[in-house]
Formats: sequence, C-alpha cells, structure tokens
Amino acid sequence: MKRIVTLTTRDLKESKKNGGCGECQTACKTSGVANQKCEKVNK
Amino acid sequence: MIHQYKLNGFNIVLDTYSGSVHCVDDLSYDIIALYNEKKSKDEIKSLMLDKYKKDGISEKDILDTFSEVDQLIESGQLFTDDVFKNANLDLKKRDSVIKAMCLHVAHTCNLNCEYCFAGQGRYHGKDAIMSFEVGKKALDFLVENSGSRHNLEVDFFGGEPLVNFNVVKELVKYARSIEKEKNKHFRFTLTTNGVLLNDDVIDFLNKEMDNVVLSLDGRKEVNDLKRKRLDGKGSYDIIVPHFQNFVKKRGNKEYYMRGTFTRNNLDFTNDIFHMLDLGFTELSMEPVVSKPDTDYALREEDLDKIYEQYEILAKEMIKRRREGKPFTFYHYMIDLTGGPCIYKRITGCGSGTEYLAVSPNGDFYPCHQFVGEKEFLMGNVNEGITNTKLRDEFKLCNVYSRKECENCWAKFYCSGGCSANSYHTTGSIQGVYEYGCKLFRKRIECAIMVKIAEAMDDANEK
Repeated sequence: MKRIVTLTTRDLKESKKNGGCGECQTACKTSGVANQKCEKVNK
Repeated sequence: MIHQYKLNGFNIVLDTYSGSVHCVDDLSYDIIALYNEKKSKDEIKSLMLDKYKKDGISEKDILDTFSEVDQLIESGQLFTDDVFKNANLDLKKRDSVIKAMCLHVAHTCNLNCEYCFAGQGRYHGKDAIMSFEVGKKALDFLVENSGSRHNLEVDFFGGEPLVNFNVVKELVKYARSIEKEKNKHFRFTLTTNGVLLNDDVIDFLNKEMDNVVLSLDGRKEVNDLKRKRLDGKGSYDIIVPHFQNFVKKRGNKEYYMRGTFTRNNLDFTNDIFHMLDLGFTELSMEPVVSKPDTDYALREEDLDKIYEQYEILAKEMIKRRREGKPFTFYHYMIDLTGGPCIYKRITGCGSGTEYLAVSPNGDFYPCHQFVGEKEFLMGNVNEGITNTKLRDEFKLCNVYSRKECENCWAKFYCSGGCSANSYHTTGSIQGVYEYGCKLFRKRIECAIMVKIAEAMDDANEK
C-alpha cells in the first residue's frame, strides 16, 4: 500500500531550462505569483 | 527545505525547491518529520514502533515507508537543495524590458472610501485627469521598451477610471490600431467602483477588457461602512445592480469581485458568501493594509480569527464544487502543473522593472502604490526612465535579496512579497511586511489543501 500520494506539479528545476520567456501576466492589486499561469506550459 | 502541516483531515508535505506536493498518511508524516530532524533510521524505527504499536503498524510497514521516502529523495521531490541561488545572479543582469503598465487615467473619484490607499483617489495631490496625448505617449513608450515580448498588459486605474471613459476608449482604439504593425497583443484590464457602469460602458468593457475588477466589500452594512458616496451615504444600493447587470452580460470572460476586509469585518467569509448569494462567482477579498493607528487596521490579536476564516472558506469551496456550484477565490487558484517558472517565482511582480505606473501628467512610478511619492519618481513619458538608480534598486528586489525569506517555505509562492507593502510598513523596499507574510502563508496552506481535495475528488469519480 502506498502511504504517500504525490500530486503532479511543475518541476521548478526543469523550469530553469524552459522558463524565463516573460510572456506571462504581470485581481488584488495589493497582496504573489502563486496564482499566475505560464503562457508556454498552458498553450 | 520542507513544510509539513495538517488541515481538513489531510497530512500535507511541501518541498520548497522542487515545488512538489505530497499528501501522506500519519506514519509517513511522522517519519518525514524525523528525517527532517536528521534522526537515524534505527531511532525512527524504534520511535514509530512505540507510537503506532496499538495501530498494528509492523516493522515491515516502517521499512516500506522508508523506501517510499528514499525514493522521493532520490527522484528530487523531497528534501531537495536550493539550486537556484546562482540563477539569481543572472537575474541581476537581465534586460530591462517593460511589459505591463498601470495607466492612472483619473486621479479623482466619485466615491470616498475611508481606507483608500490612494487618499480618495487623488494620491496625495489634486484632482487630475489623463489626456489622450499623455496616454498615447505612455503606450508608445511601452511598445518601444518591450523588447521581443508579444503580450503587453495595460490596466486602467485611478481613482475611478470611468470618470475618464472617453480617453479609455480612445487609448484602446489607438492600441488596437498599432498591434499588427508592432507585432504586439494588448491585454486590457480595468478596475472600477461601479458607479458609472451603464450599458454603454458594459458593452465596451465586454468587448475590449480581458479582465475587469469590480470593487465591493460584501454585505450592505459592511460595504457601506467604508465605501461611501461623496454625500456620505453608502454605495451598495447603486453599485450592486450595476455589477449584477455587468456579470449577466459578461459571459465567460474574466472578472473579479474585489473586496477589502478590515478589523470591522473579521468574519469576512460571510461577505464572500453574500457575494455568492448575489450571483457573483469570481471573488477576491484582500486584507486591508493601513497605518496601525486606524480603528480598522488588522492587529496581531486578529490573526487566529482570520486563519479560521480562510479555513472556513477553503472548506466551503470544496463543498460547493462537490455540489456542482463551484466558485473562485482568487488566492486559492493555484495552478500546480501550469504555474510560473522559477525565474518568475524569484522576481515576482516586476514593479519598477517590467511594470510601471503612469500618473495623469505622465510621470512614471514603480507601481500604482508608489504613485505620488516623489522619492519614487522614475521618469516620464517625454524623457523615459531618468532615475535608472531606482530602477536598478527594484531590479535587485527579489526573493533572495531579503534575508527574512531565506528560511521561508512559501518564498516561491510569494516571491518575497510586495515592495510597496514593505516600504509602507518598514520604510524599505527590501523590507518584509511580516503580517502580510503570515496571512499569505495561511492562504497558501489552504489553497494547496483545496487542490489536494479536488484531486482526490476527481480520482474518486474516475
């Protein structure tokens, strides 16, 4: 029986190679990047 | 670095440097915690046999769990090291391209909201309106300084931008006219208090705006306590029908109801639920950031109550999704698979570098929250960026430049926080607004728990 379930997430280490294009977006106007989406990955 | 917490029946383990999210049973949860304390496997085995004897956990169970944990470590999904510090050095040398602009088309407002960071929309100055000429120069500057970026963002802000609706329309028309020639795509957004939201305005916004942010604090008595008309009466009865009309016509295009909660409504989930009752489903509710001497400022003693509210909200979000009546709470909309790359996570919002605010007379500031503060004047639409020293200071603002962030598990979700909040609470853009950090960490814990619950629900449906 597996005791650990790992969710599928974007590999941050991998994103060092395929990230940084800057095409992503820069609601709240006051308080991170947690809610942002990557233009490339979501194409 | 890892972070472990229990919430809503889930045991959750986050791995900071890989971005991995694990949902584990009690035994694994304890074993991972002991790994983190550098205990030996013999010690861990002995401790676990003692603790779980009554639950029938055998030595084999413990060894199997060791094996699962070791596998995650080997595959780089648990206890991973920081491999990004060197990437941070490259970020300091990165090009200065601008891709987003906040156009303050009106420094005046038809409401008089008590907590407004912009001082009733005037930003500590006099009433002012942006001319088409100034706006056009700002858009030209954006295009010319955006390098190879294709997507450009322009937010119409104020004050109340609809006070200057004709200029908004002219600027959108101008931007659309140069898109093809310049190989750019403009994404427009607008933030409004709703007073002037008539059918003509709605039709225009629905055609041209990628996102519209509608300001409403929730229940009538809560909204009207802070969001008052110029005659001192509340705004709720005017704006709610306007917003409902807007949302009815909006179709599938993006919008957000955006509220502010203060010490006067620490039960702010009731305001969110009220917005749901009004028919709004895309919701955002922000903690007020204010000077500590106001009667509505959030205090240290309010934290437990706020944490509880965030948990209530997360559970309600899961419940309504199961009932087929989902809603969106902006801060819980984390995209685990398609979220930002590490560069974005390190640099954050890009204020003062990728993002500029433009005042009605054409002055540049690092972002909308610095407008009107002379020490943050960066240049203007005629001369461009003249204060390159300030731009370089903002360029160095990132998650690795704040020592307080070094041991924070949430740093790749918040990117070191908001420089404006840091400045206004600590006096330095490199400071840390610790109260905001506490709220942010709680929201991320809840957001990830929601994602786990949704993943479990989806798996059970298959």
